Amino acid sequence: MEPLNQWLAAVLEGNVIFTPQTLGYYWGGLVTTSQLVFLSLLVGLVLAVPLAILRGSKHRWIKLPVYFYTYVFRGTPLLVQLYIIYYGVVFVEGIQDTMFWPILKEAFYPALIAFTLNTAAYTTEIFHGAIKATSRGEIEAARAYGMSQGLTMRRIILPSAFRRALPAYGNEVIFMLHASAIASVVTLMDITGAARFVYARYYAPFEAFIFAALIYLCLTFAILYLFRYLEKRLLAHLKPLSGN
Amino acid sequence: MKKLLTVSLLGVAIAAGTAQARDYDHVRFGVDVPYEPMEYRTPEGELTGFDIELGNAMCEEIGVTCEWIEQEWDGIIPGLLSRKYDAIMSSMTINDERRETVLFSDAYITPPSAWFAPAELDLEEPTPEALDGMTIGVQRGTLQDNYVTDLYGDVAEISRYSTADDMVLDMEAQRLDIVFLDFPVGKSTLLDSEEREYKVVGETITEPKEYFGDGFGIAFRPRDEALAERFNEALATLKEDGTYDEIYQRYFED
Repeated sequence: MEPLNQWLAAVLEGNVIFTPQTLGYYWGGLVTTSQLVFLSLLVGLVLAVPLAILRGSKHRWIKLPVYFYTYVFRGTPLLVQLYIIYYGVVFVEGIQDTMFWPILKEAFYPALIAFTLNTAAYTTEIFHGAIKATSRGEIEAARAYGMSQGLTMRRIILPSAFRRALPAYGNEVIFMLHASAIASVVTLMDITGAARFVYARYYAPFEAFIFAALIYLCLTFAILYLFRYLEKRLLAHLKPLSGN
Repeated sequence: MKKLLTVSLLGVAIAAGTAQARDYDHVRFGVDVPYEPMEYRTPEGELTGFDIELGNAMCEEIGVTCEWIEQEWDGIIPGLLSRKYDAIMSSMTINDERRETVLFSDAYITPPSAWFAPAELDLEEPTPEALDGMTIGVQRGTLQDNYVTDLYGDVAEISRYSTADDMVLDMEAQRLDIVFLDFPVGKSTLLDSEEREYKVVGETITEPKEYFGDGFGIAFRPRDEALAERFNEALATLKEDGTYDEIYQRYFED
């Protein structure tokens, strides 16, 4: 660690804006952004699969509430949802005395809740569309083999739906990363928060925000690469045989 | 040869013309609202406060028309430099760091900063040891932010807010243990609050000068020296004829 620190100090010699301290803020921001985005996507995904199945139900009382939820969360800006969950929750009478307060008190968890609910709504719609697009022939074939509804869902519909949804879901992951830039309005020091801090302290908008943009760009490319790889593997059977 | 001389003379004349500062008859002020009692909106939506009234009085004295343009604090100096407005009159503390970027008028008021905490907080003196592990609220990019970041950044959690309003809301929500604010702002928003009881912890703070500077001044673009001088003269006149005292009484004495 020590040689690294010395090397860093030597490189930054004479640089007013990018000191070890401000780079530390950017690093902390990178960690916060990654945690927020990764956790919200993970929980959002887990929520979205059953919701997407319920969304395609024949029964109105199952279908409609899920539709209402995705409609509201896709129809309003994430920033507004974040404000409601972070600042709005304190106006609930007696919230400070409940067991939820230690969680809601931190800025991280309200932001995580807002991001999760938002991405779950979008992912539900993506999966719902993919499930609906399953060809009837596959389902009829499964029935002919005597598979139950649950088994058909597990073995036939969901695996092919996941593959179909992959490119659209990759977009959602990148959108989520970019949308997370609003976390600093609730005091979180994410990448944008670090950039705003450096901007306000050194009046250096270009340096502060271009550096932040470069970090986001690297993250975006990493995600793109991951989804390219997944698509190549999982959608290999859809590729034309010749022409390589 | 003669032609060349004329052309170069013309060039000099144009250069001189652009280098000379504009003569303003309309001054746009950038201001970060709300920030009671310095600048805020009345329930009717009218912009008012100590800065606003003093600014308007100065403009009247100079004989220019004033316009107030709202701008969030963390972009207020870049906004001045990019000509969204001609001056900043928004409780801005004069310090050396800012002097490198903008030109300041004379100080028009010198208020201290202070620590504000809920009355039940058991704390005598805000030392780094005493604030260990607490959550401190500051407004992002203010000198209070710099002060707290440098002195308490290693021991305490610092929450930075875009507006003082958001911070006060989180203080009332009990998300913050203590906040560091301009004294007049803390007094009007926290001490006079009806929600909870608050107190000032320790002494009010005006030192060291590298953070707290020399009071609040109006910031101009560096080239507008003539304009800054006109405002300095107006301030001196208003202090002499009692207008300044009258405005001061209205906002700071109960």
